Amino acid sequence: MSTVITSDDSFTSAAGRQLLIFAALAISGITLLMLGLSWASSRTGAASGSNNAVDPVTNTLTVFLREEPPQLDSSKATDTVSGSVLGHVVEGLLRYDEHNQIAPGVAESWDIRADGATFRLRENARWSDGRPVTADDFVFAWQTALDPANASEYAFILYPVKNGEAINAGELPLEELGAVAVDDRTLEVTFERPLAYFDKLVTFSTYYPIRRDFYQSVKGAFGADANRILYNGPFVISRWVHGASLKMDRNPYYWNPDRAKLQTIDFAYITSDANASLNLFKDDKIAYTTLLAENLDDAMQQRWHIHRFMDGGVFYIEFNHRPGRLTGNHHLRKAMQLATESAELVYKVTKLPGYLPGESLFPVWLKGVHGFFREEYPANYPHMDLEQARRHLEKAKQELGLKVIPPLVLLSGDNPVSNIQAEYYQQIFRKHLGLDLKIDKQIFKQRLAKMLSGDFDLVLAGWGPDYDDPLTFGDLFASWNLNNRGRYDNPELDRWVRVAQDEQDVQKRMDAFGEIQRILIEDAVILPGYERGVTYVTNPQMKGMVRRAVGPDPDFSNAWIVD
Amino acid sequence: MAELQLTRADFEPLHTDQEIHSLSRPSLSYWQDAWIRLKANTRALFSLYLVIALLAFTLVGPLFWTVDPAAQDVDQISLPPFADRDARIVSPYEPWNGSSVLPVGEGLRLADTPTSEAVRLVWDPVAGATSYSVYRSRYPTGDDRALGLPLIDLYGSASTTFEDRLDLSPRTYYYSLLAYDGAGNELDFQTLTVEVNRVITAESAVERGLIAAPDDVQIGDVIFMPLHPLGTDYLGRDMLARLMHGARVSLFIGIAAPFLYVLFGVVYGSTAGFIGGQTDQLLMRFADFVVALPFLLFMILFKIAFGIGPGESGIFPMLVALVLLSWPATSRLVRGQILQIRQEGYINASRLLGAANGYLVLRHMIPNTMGVILVTLTFAVPSAIFTEAFLSFIGMGVAPPTPSWGSMCNEGIKTMLTTPHELIFPALFISITVLAFNLLGDGLRDALDARMRSVE
Amino acid sequence: MWRYTLKRLVQGVITVWFIATATFFAMHNVPGDPLLNDKNVTEEIRANLEAKYGLDKPIMQQYRIYIWNMIRGDFGISFTQKNRSVNDIIYSHFPVSAILGILAVVFAGLGGVLWGALTALYRNKLPDVIIMFLVILGISVPNFVVAAISQLTLVNVNNLLGVSLLPIAGWGGIEHMLVPAMVLGLGTMAYLTRLMRSSMLEIVSSDFIRTAKAKGLPPTRIFTSHQLRNAILPVITVLGPSIAAITTGGFVVESVFAIPGLGRYFVQAVQQSDYTVIMGTTVFYGAFLVFMVIVVDLLYGWIDPRVRLE
Repeated sequence: MSTVITSDDSFTSAAGRQLLIFAALAISGITLLMLGLSWASSRTGAASGSNNAVDPVTNTLTVFLREEPPQLDSSKATDTVSGSVLGHVVEGLLRYDEHNQIAPGVAESWDIRADGATFRLRENARWSDGRPVTADDFVFAWQTALDPANASEYAFILYPVKNGEAINAGELPLEELGAVAVDDRTLEVTFERPLAYFDKLVTFSTYYPIRRDFYQSVKGAFGADANRILYNGPFVISRWVHGASLKMDRNPYYWNPDRAKLQTIDFAYITSDANASLNLFKDDKIAYTTLLAENLDDAMQQRWHIHRFMDGGVFYIEFNHRPGRLTGNHHLRKAMQLATESAELVYKVTKLPGYLPGESLFPVWLKGVHGFFREEYPANYPHMDLEQARRHLEKAKQELGLKVIPPLVLLSGDNPVSNIQAEYYQQIFRKHLGLDLKIDKQIFKQRLAKMLSGDFDLVLAGWGPDYDDPLTFGDLFASWNLNNRGRYDNPELDRWVRVAQDEQDVQKRMDAFGEIQRILIEDAVILPGYERGVTYVTNPQMKGMVRRAVGPDPDFSNAWIVD
Repeated sequence: MAELQLTRADFEPLHTDQEIHSLSRPSLSYWQDAWIRLKANTRALFSLYLVIALLAFTLVGPLFWTVDPAAQDVDQISLPPFADRDARIVSPYEPWNGSSVLPVGEGLRLADTPTSEAVRLVWDPVAGATSYSVYRSRYPTGDDRALGLPLIDLYGSASTTFEDRLDLSPRTYYYSLLAYDGAGNELDFQTLTVEVNRVITAESAVERGLIAAPDDVQIGDVIFMPLHPLGTDYLGRDMLARLMHGARVSLFIGIAAPFLYVLFGVVYGSTAGFIGGQTDQLLMRFADFVVALPFLLFMILFKIAFGIGPGESGIFPMLVALVLLSWPATSRLVRGQILQIRQEGYINASRLLGAANGYLVLRHMIPNTMGVILVTLTFAVPSAIFTEAFLSFIGMGVAPPTPSWGSMCNEGIKTMLTTPHELIFPALFISITVLAFNLLGDGLRDALDARMRSVE
Repeated sequence: MWRYTLKRLVQGVITVWFIATATFFAMHNVPGDPLLNDKNVTEEIRANLEAKYGLDKPIMQQYRIYIWNMIRGDFGISFTQKNRSVNDIIYSHFPVSAILGILAVVFAGLGGVLWGALTALYRNKLPDVIIMFLVILGISVPNFVVAAISQLTLVNVNNLLGVSLLPIAGWGGIEHMLVPAMVLGLGTMAYLTRLMRSSMLEIVSSDFIRTAKAKGLPPTRIFTSHQLRNAILPVITVLGPSIAAITTGGFVVESVFAIPGLGRYFVQAVQQSDYTVIMGTTVFYGAFLVFMVIVVDLLYGWIDPRVRLE
């Protein structure tokens, strides 16, 4: 019988002993192997700190980065993570301070006129190799960003400087740029056309200085590694292990020795996994983390101190207004507008305390003439009214000559937040209007490709501010704007956008924005969803962390540790 | 020594005894024999019933539990199983501008009955305060100032009301109010404990089919919300219905894909192993090539090649991609086994007896590799289910609102601390499926193993 | 033997070329454009970008340039990390994935053989039942769930003890590797355990074991030189592709444990349509995998003399 052998006790015990020896060998082998691998990995230089979140002895703060900065070349940076890191280590002419007010940076005084600006650079502004920051460093940086060969995506933000656009198109040489170093400490800027918000623009990272000789010495790899950047901010990057960690130390050459209070900021982890960062916070390894709606109960139970802030972004459903699309019909859009209630989305579906129900394209934090724009120009967004919505739907059917509206395509991203929203809207329109929505879930670049080609009826979209002026939102639906993905084309709106761009008088500009807001709501160009908020927890020993909607966020450059 | 007496009768041929033949067992075919042995294996039999039960759950279940898996109920989000279901009827929600008559009392107090729709708070102005912050917690506030969620910051000394509508569920809440002066100094700290009850409007009760007409109930009546035996998910959808419909995707992908690609792998691998030589080399290099193709990229490509439009679940291209990209592992395994078996004595013997190639493969080689093939197959089931889950994880899985166990797990993991049922149920179903297929595979292996014939 | 190895290597190079070609054309036919971003760029900027990455040339020319650069070992510049070369990305992140992968494979391989042999030995007895239950548990829970739960467990253990027993995320020393490698290898280990058990049971009833017993060979000898050695064969066959699956499939573990491996970069690259990174990592992994398969085939010939390497 074949099974006899296994039931043979002497055989089993002998074999068992063999296996025991095998196991012992295996374990010792693994131990040796791990020691070897550990040595090998230490050779690659990737080591996460095992520091606690705050260390008063070494004056070190340990935090995390949501993503690896794609590069720290300020002329090419486009994302918020790079913006946050660069904000600690490089300083522009002007900056936002801890109260989010414009404050002097490298420039100690400035004069902004309708046709240009003059910046006077401070004498003691130094690069991290001890040499002074000069006006030429700014001229070079701006020319670099506009250089067609450099192909910077954010070159457009320099178009307000005279000849910027022409240089970027390769029509004029770099030297024709309307920014001139009069001497080492004076920068003279000429505008392409009158401009009211240049002081806010120069805080942006594309306007940061880059030193010519250094840039040329790293041969196209500027910003790729810690030793391939020159710093002039309150901190310098002392170590950057790609994908793993990024460490900053106080910059001894920074002109204001009182600003940085921490010795070291250690971005010891790079993770976008919300659970991982929550666990790290729980383990006292990082000093702050962002909370998702799912983590709120846990955070309350842990008795953490929860904070919130508005990150400035506005999220909405954008309709496709291209000819031939059903969503080009005004009544259909009105029907959908009156069938939704953004409060329900925010209070029941996204469930985060930082979120605000959306009513307008213009977020609540934008400043108007004297106070807040939205207080001076209330949105008056219509409440949900199903009866009227159905009436609009009937009209839409008549106009379109359809008995039933065929299913509409809702283009959506692949992240959980947009998934939930897409599913929510799908159900809402089915329930309230009997409209069928088909969700087209696409990964990032494919969603963008579809948005560009207009392959959608509705799309979940959003917009974050580039600079602190309503125009960063206001020109979005101008017929010429490339980010007007739904190709909304309304001459009346275009006219108001031009007023907002060219007008110098604040009151008249704000009136124009008020008109734009009215048109967007009356014509149901978009369905506002929410203004995004961020809910986060901090270590009680860390003070002075700054969050902001425009500018580097989060900002630890003013933070300190209390015992 | 005695003389041996031989008679003529001693040289007669022995007569054929018919009785002996009737004693032997009826001749059993390979499959009959396997079935007998499978039936004798209780574990395997149990798992077979389990598989049948799962299929019934998927195919027949929705006939009995007719709840729409896509129907959302924002008033019953992330409900645990057998949660309390009573709700009081109220009049429809009216926006509140805070102007109602200030109720008697002092300090932080309620302006209205607290409901799951809204909690309305009022307070007396604090002298010198220019801004107020309202917090809400699920746990009592203590000296540690863990106040919970920061609901709002109100500016201006005149703001003395606040309406909270954020994700209220029937339980006790602890509200706190902080008053600040212009310089940001804290002036006052007040707390309030609020008991929230679930409410529903008559209209939405009709909408949910709980009552026939709005007039059937009075304001203040208590009715029962829809039953969700396994609770609800993050959009208030019925878990049981979603599990049933999710099973369609998961079991389809989990059974059809492995079956197809293991089958293909077996045919491919045995061909290569049996023929050997140049053909084997060529076939195996092609397998190496397929194995090295980036799965994700080709997954997207298949999705487009098959024209997955919006609104379609995308199960079919996923199946095709899985089959086209996953077979090489099985084929390598089977080839290895065939190469080994090819050298065995009984193959040579069979060949000498004149067996044809096809006979050799089907009769000797495949049955002898059955063990390995079945183990591969049973393991391919969970791995296919997980591939689907992984694709959902990175946003390339089945399109919403089609549920699948993998994507449900994926959603559930985020809330595993607060509402564990959203993770446990789909994970449990995956585990049961995997367990059933493993035990069944074990049983089949024993039953189909040619060398184990008639042992038990 | 040497001729065979050389022949296989040449075939390997051709396979890699096929992979590169297939990936190149697949990638260029998938919609999605590496130059698109949240904010649309102007015509001029787009033209500048296209010129920089050579996307303005006809596709066949792009292909020729790509293959030529590849032969010279240059995979180009990443689209997302604009000033970083793909070579640099592979160079700094592949070792991390490889270390994690090797450890996971070793865990899986040794564990699989050990548990598999044990369960076969004590078939239908308590050790078998317990181990198989754990194995089934191990494979029936998706690995992102296992990863999340093991991390959570670590946090709670650390909190309970008041000291950091093991770090819960990050990369550096042994302490960072242990748990992620185990989680990563778990599925494969379970698979190998089953495979080993099944293969052991088949061998136990084969004639040569009976013969060896009849000859009076000592049980230890039968077990090691006959049973184990033969049973390990299918395990080794599967191990080759598993190594690749583990080193490439580390995405979930890498993202949960914040490990700077190549898996994260690859998935990101696919989502971002980062052509050069996709190509670079695919070709690199393809070559790695083809090489592993060759190694396994050679090993096969060494362990099983019956399989002659022609």
